[in-house]
Amino acid sequence: MSKEKGFNWKQITSHHLFMPVVCLIVVCLANVIKSPDFFKISISDNGVLYGSVIDIINRASELVILAIGMTLVTAASGGQDISVGAIMAVAAAVCCQILSGGAASTSEFQNPFILAALAGLAAAMLCGLFNGFLVAKLNIQPMVATLILYTAGRGIAQLVTQGQITYIRVDSYKVLGGYIGKCPIPTPIFAAIISVVVAYLVLNKTALGLYIESVGINGEASRLVGLNSTRIKWMAYVICGFLAGFAGLVNSSRIYSADANNIGLNLEMDAILAVALGGNLLSGGKFSLAGSIIGAFTIQALTTTLLSMNVSADQVPVYKAIVVVVIVVLQSPVFKKQMAVWKARKSSNSTEGGRA
Amino acid sequence: MGENVVLTMRDISKTFPGVKALQHVDFTLRKSEIHALMGENGAGKSTLIKVLTGVHEFQSGEIKIEGRAVINKSPQDAQNNGISTVYQEVNLCPNLTVAENLFIGREPRKMGMIDWKTMNRKSEELLRELDIDVSATQSLEECSIAIQQMIAIARAVDMQCKVLILDEPTSSLDDEEVEKLFKLMNRLKSEGVGIIFVTHFLEQVYAVCDRITVLRNGELVGEYEIGKLPRVMLVAKMMGKDFDDLADIKGEHNMQKDMSSAPVIDAKGLGHKGTIKPFDFDIRRGEVVGLTGLLGSGRSELVRAIYGADKADSGTLKVNGQEVKINTPLEAMKVGMAYLPEDRKKEGIIADLSVRENIIIAMQAKRGMFKLMSRKEMEEAADKFIAMLQVKTASRETPIKSLSGGNQQKVIIGRWLLTNPDFLILDEPTRGIDIGTKTEIQKLVLNLADEGKAVTFISSEVEEMLRTCSRMNVLRDGAKVGEIEGEDLTQENIMKTIAGGESAHE
Amino acid sequence: MGKAKSKKISSSTFLLLTTIILFVVMYAAGMIIFNDKGFAKPQMFLNLFVSNAGLLVIGCGMTIVMITGGIDISVGSVTALVCMVCAFAMERMGMNAYMAVLVALAIGLAFGVVQGYLVAYLDIQPFIVTLAGMFFGRGMTAIVSTDMIAITNETFLKWAKFHINLPFGTHNQKGEYLPAYIYPSVVVAIIVVILVSIMLKYSKFGRKLYAIGGSQQSALMMGLNVKRTKFQAYVLAGFLSGLGGFLFCLNSCAGFVEQAKGLEMDAISSAVIGGTLLSGGVGTAVGTLFGVLIKGTISSLITTQGTLSSWWVRITLSALLCFFIVLQAVIAAVKKKGN
Repeated sequence: MSKEKGFNWKQITSHHLFMPVVCLIVVCLANVIKSPDFFKISISDNGVLYGSVIDIINRASELVILAIGMTLVTAASGGQDISVGAIMAVAAAVCCQILSGGAASTSEFQNPFILAALAGLAAAMLCGLFNGFLVAKLNIQPMVATLILYTAGRGIAQLVTQGQITYIRVDSYKVLGGYIGKCPIPTPIFAAIISVVVAYLVLNKTALGLYIESVGINGEASRLVGLNSTRIKWMAYVICGFLAGFAGLVNSSRIYSADANNIGLNLEMDAILAVALGGNLLSGGKFSLAGSIIGAFTIQALTTTLLSMNVSADQVPVYKAIVVVVIVVLQSPVFKKQMAVWKARKSSNSTEGGRA
Repeated sequence: MGENVVLTMRDISKTFPGVKALQHVDFTLRKSEIHALMGENGAGKSTLIKVLTGVHEFQSGEIKIEGRAVINKSPQDAQNNGISTVYQEVNLCPNLTVAENLFIGREPRKMGMIDWKTMNRKSEELLRELDIDVSATQSLEECSIAIQQMIAIARAVDMQCKVLILDEPTSSLDDEEVEKLFKLMNRLKSEGVGIIFVTHFLEQVYAVCDRITVLRNGELVGEYEIGKLPRVMLVAKMMGKDFDDLADIKGEHNMQKDMSSAPVIDAKGLGHKGTIKPFDFDIRRGEVVGLTGLLGSGRSELVRAIYGADKADSGTLKVNGQEVKINTPLEAMKVGMAYLPEDRKKEGIIADLSVRENIIIAMQAKRGMFKLMSRKEMEEAADKFIAMLQVKTASRETPIKSLSGGNQQKVIIGRWLLTNPDFLILDEPTRGIDIGTKTEIQKLVLNLADEGKAVTFISSEVEEMLRTCSRMNVLRDGAKVGEIEGEDLTQENIMKTIAGGESAHE
Repeated sequence: MGKAKSKKISSSTFLLLTTIILFVVMYAAGMIIFNDKGFAKPQMFLNLFVSNAGLLVIGCGMTIVMITGGIDISVGSVTALVCMVCAFAMERMGMNAYMAVLVALAIGLAFGVVQGYLVAYLDIQPFIVTLAGMFFGRGMTAIVSTDMIAITNETFLKWAKFHINLPFGTHNQKGEYLPAYIYPSVVVAIIVVILVSIMLKYSKFGRKLYAIGGSQQSALMMGLNVKRTKFQAYVLAGFLSGLGGFLFCLNSCAGFVEQAKGLEMDAISSAVIGGTLLSGGVGTAVGTLFGVLIKGTISSLITTQGTLSSWWVRITLSALLCFFIVLQAVIAAVKKKGN
């Protein structure tokens, strides 16, 4: 009986989502201890859901969307796209600038919203196309390649908005980052859910997921079985760019403006963290989308918690940096090997000790 | 123990996950001797060398240098203990100059700073002494591979070593350069250095060596003095007698090539610049055609050009009588080709994916991204080939990397059989796998031919090819030099053709 | 000998030459177009050094790690942290300026040691490690103080404002003689460039860096201690970013969270534009010097022009970096084909 139970336990702990879920639970528990009504959800006066959990899920939306793209890029190319934050800014800038017709502030759409949104997304995909070209075609290390847009991106966004913060003071623009009519659930959550569902369908109803893993694990073997490694990597970057653009639009809608300097600031780090926390290797290969999404919520919960503990937004990166280092150290083959040696030594010592 | 012994290795064992690379191997090297280390691919030569030089750890055994027990933890340790190595792949830094490559780590210094003048002068002297025609100040990447190899040897020589290991140094050298190398080896020998010489070339062994140690499948076959081991015996020792009971597996098969239809593959003047000169190649249904030649002769490059792994830049290719242009592997797959690459680890397996995914990946790639195979289809395909090829795996969801080499190879064969190819290219399918699996694969090849497939088989083991192939293409120096079939298909003839016309000139 | 001399120039020399020519052309163009705005004055040229002394030192550190095939993107944050801690220590804790220098160097060293250990001994991608370092440094800056702290320490300001007059100069409109000058930080930076150049060319350590960058596997096989050398490279680079951060601080005389944002990009582009290969194995401190000068020229051209916004500097620099990265990739591809 107990033996069977032990076996199940082992099955659970060895599941690839075990650690990510544990991390999420730990962060939530810390919150519950600190403020017992952490999980309380109430309906506020204006008829929308209200509570810490809702807040975290709402704010995690952009991160979830980014984490999907980051997961694919990591899996396919064994590197990360650090330009996603800047791409968000570019997409928002393009969208808002078209909506405002070039003015610094507008109270009605100068151009159709659809046109502007599509233009924003197209700009983001163009950025992804550029990153993909450098990585897949020219074989440049992903992070070096994306470093270019990481710095230039915000400059480009400022160029688009002519250095100003473009405000779109139109109620319908706020829907994507706010609420749809009387719906009590914030729209960004829907945006995240739609992104996840579409990504899930694309990855599981087409062979793209398998292709990405295959290319990420062994590019040459993949080429020889008929996969176009270059094109698949490239595709991952374009998808990542598109998703970053979408996240940028959601974020821009929240603040009904395009702030080239602050939209998506430091989010690349969060997205990378989400991927790593989700149990994915940053060196590429097999990936778990579910893990990355859980990771994204964990990171957002961590951020919200830190902020609620009066840590200023500028200081939060310190803790995240430490988490990143701990994860990559735990993931590193050298560390694992040393741990295995250490464990073996310990167990042999203990058995010898037992004999004596 | 003889007073002349400079190095002894006793009872060395080493396992890689799933492979017993070395089992209880002994090796003894004396002063002033050139000792050949022989064995087929996967025999354990390279592993033994790497254990000796501290690249790999070994599980059990003992290494003594001049009677003193040592454990080399790194190549640096080995060097400090007087063991210098020249590897098959040139291990030098292409971005540095020739002189630096000779002296790095032990540069002559003046007042704490590297004395470039002295270093360059010493290098020039060393190069002149060894008759290597290259300027010391040239950057290494501008030198030919042969020169780079000579420089690597020069570096090892200048390290004042007691043991010099030459791990297949001659595969990229021409005759004249080999001559120079031998002169050098003999000089070092006379100075008291013990030299371990690893090579594929029998001629070279008999030209320069004093003693031979033969390994097979990770085990020691024996140590022999050169005069007491005729060539034929050496080959027998290396190949082993394990195959004798299978010597005539061919007899059970009809080996009927189908002359009624156009050849499956008919290549005319196909070539790829820098790797394989334009060649003709044809194969019909029901045929097993072998490609043979020494390592680096272009046998792999030939099939890669047909398959589009290296896009052919000249010639024409007809598949089943239709002229086609193959730009990528996918296009080759679509006209019915399949290619099992030589390097299983680097080009074959997709390590972290499951056995199932590794089996279906080629089929899926052929179908295209939007036509994902259903889970059921995948599982059926995987189960079918796991059963058919008797793959030993915990389950179909086990990552392929945790299987043994032979079983990995079977999975890859299954991958290609699933695509139901007309033309199957097997490049060294039996390398580094156990004997049982080897014979299974050989039988499979013949069965496939019986079913009407055309199979091209490449192997370093000539005997293995003789047992399976009905026709052989011989390659030398990146060009096809001959074709042997029928009565002429004997080991002697093949060897002669591989060796080429030099003997006729003399 | 004649054979060696007549051989075609190597690709690394080609990259360096491209850079030097680019710099000369850009500067000459600036002198012609903005002659009326004083671009041709010697002081304008010296200002390239004056305003980029810190970057020059940091760029040298970057060159060292990039030669090994690594990268360090934490340098901007380290600079911000150094400035902030120095400012905080001198203003809020009354530390003297000499101690502040030591503190700056210690911060740089600490970053170098930790990052070097993770990269060299645990074999983690340098990018991830230093990305974490970048966020850590920036966050620590905010933990020290989220407000801007201006430095008023007298010794410090004396160092910062000390003019070293050069034996030439210009006359202003009133006809007064204005000697050309530099700051002490420029002298320090030039000394660093010279020392690093000597180290790279004439020390065993320096040559090991190149060997590792050329082929880590070969370096290992040739008996070099790859791990230790890589570790030392990161420690040295960390030290130089500490020093460079201090020079940067001498320029800004203040510490604030947003300081030196994007400096890592400037340092990387300077190195890459100066002929350092991203794949490692090639690079010189002198090349990086020219990279820094090009970066400086771009910003002076844009500021002198007057109507262009400051983000144009970043965009132009990124474009230039992109150009050089692509150029490197193309050269590598051509070389591969040639073999």
